[in-house]
Amino acid sequence: MTRSNRDRWFGHAGRLLVGLILLFVLLPTLVVIISSFSSTSVLFFPPKGWSLRWFERALAYDDFRKGFYAGLIVTAWASSLAVVIGTMLAIAIHRFDFRFKRLLEGVLLSPLFIPHFTIGLGLLMLVAQLDLGRGYALVIFCHILLVLPFVLRSLYVSLHNLEQRIELAAASLGASPLRVVWTITVPLMIPGLFGGWLFAAILSFNEFTASLFVTTQATQTLPVAMYNYVREFADPTLAALSVMYIAVTATLLTLANRFLGLGRVLNVEGAR
Amino acid sequence: MTRRPAFVLWFVLPSALTAIGLTIAMLTVLQYSVRAYVPGSLDVGGFTLDNFQDLLKSLYAQAFFNTVSLSFKTALFGLLLSYPLAYALVRTRTGWLKSSILIIAITPLFLGEVVRTYSWIIVLGSSGFLNSLLLAMGVIDTPLQLMFTQTGVVLALVHVTMPIMVLMLATGLSHIDPAYEKAATSLGAGPIRAFLTVTLPLSLPGIVASLTTAFAWTFSAFATPQLIGGGKVSTIATLVYQLGFSSLNFPFAAALSVAGLVLTILLLTALKRMTRSLNTVGGH
Repeated sequence: MTRSNRDRWFGHAGRLLVGLILLFVLLPTLVVIISSFSSTSVLFFPPKGWSLRWFERALAYDDFRKGFYAGLIVTAWASSLAVVIGTMLAIAIHRFDFRFKRLLEGVLLSPLFIPHFTIGLGLLMLVAQLDLGRGYALVIFCHILLVLPFVLRSLYVSLHNLEQRIELAAASLGASPLRVVWTITVPLMIPGLFGGWLFAAILSFNEFTASLFVTTQATQTLPVAMYNYVREFADPTLAALSVMYIAVTATLLTLANRFLGLGRVLNVEGAR
Repeated sequence: MTRRPAFVLWFVLPSALTAIGLTIAMLTVLQYSVRAYVPGSLDVGGFTLDNFQDLLKSLYAQAFFNTVSLSFKTALFGLLLSYPLAYALVRTRTGWLKSSILIIAITPLFLGEVVRTYSWIIVLGSSGFLNSLLLAMGVIDTPLQLMFTQTGVVLALVHVTMPIMVLMLATGLSHIDPAYEKAATSLGAGPIRAFLTVTLPLSLPGIVASLTTAFAWTFSAFATPQLIGGGKVSTIATLVYQLGFSSLNFPFAAALSVAGLVLTILLLTALKRMTRSLNTVGGH
């Protein structure tokens, strides 16, 4: 009896702790949502009045609009190319042997621990030294480098889970290796490909530090435009933009959870 | 492994080119770091080691110290807050509760550093949420100075790194069969003892992975120390940016980056060593 009482007490304390931590995670989001509806340009708590003017300003602000489109261009190219490059490499690494395999893999995974500002700085100095312009190609290449490790990781998981006997069966029935890859391996990898692509796209759209180094006024992505805004203005326009950002992201994640099972995509489903 | 068909080379080619691009960029950093700075010009002078000598100046040494101490604090507090969340996420059986924890815990991951840092500015500012709340409750008489302090930066950085830590810890925890813990409990261990002797040691790989990532992320963080530290908390990242873009001293920025990279590698290697010896102690 005392035993089960103690267990129950631990259960309650644990739930309270988890609740408090969730509150800590949610706190800034809640505060941003409240401030975005404030009517004054200097923030007070609680706000002195309510309005939607910051939403109007955020939508009308030129740099945000341009940043959004530049971000879409960079994200679309970078995440798609990263998935193509990553898939080809993942299949080659997982199924075949070739020279410098470990070295190549190591170099491509290294952006996981090389600080983003170092990668941005290196690319910036490289194009300066080669007298190349800082265009979209540079930003896209930079983003490919940064998201590729995540793409590779998610592709390895799906290749690992793939039933290799199907490939062997196709090969034993006379299909050439390339045909096996194209008709068996790639189609079976589609869920993993989609997960990797989604992950890459979200990371690329939000990448900030390296982008700050490699973008110009013409190619600046949304996070860079937002950073420049905070440095110049203190009004809640950015709070309004953040709220739109949060709403879109949370909706996308909830939908992904409903239809794809986010737990499975992110590999956090419990062992049952 | 099968015999290697010819197309494999073509499959490897794009990634090989990507890797070569990255390698050349990193070599450029290395090369710039040993070049002389020509004030007011983007061109660099001859070869020199002066940049590395300048790193020993107290201002720069302070930035290194700040970066390492921020990284340690963030990783530690991040772990303490992330572990219970990851545990709850993996062990909760109620469907809606599980999805809610997952969505709340990982949405910030997809918001980017700028949005999250901005939110913390509103929370921590002198007329911000926290100060207004504490003033209204009568806990304090004058606003607390949280912006432009290391405490403020650590708070925001913990929040920034938590989602990825929760994910990595949850991945590790999800591969531990709950039956082990049940076995321990049925043999008479209390919930705390079962957790400490069974689940915690088994989740060590996830802990190490999450600590490593938190470390690397904090090292790399720029917007948070820059905006919340407001120049009062300088880190390697904020210094590299200032040197590069305000004074156009790219050689010195490169030297700082190289030193930062060496430091990262040393710290991560030390962390790995430490956990290896921990594993030996644990008898694995």
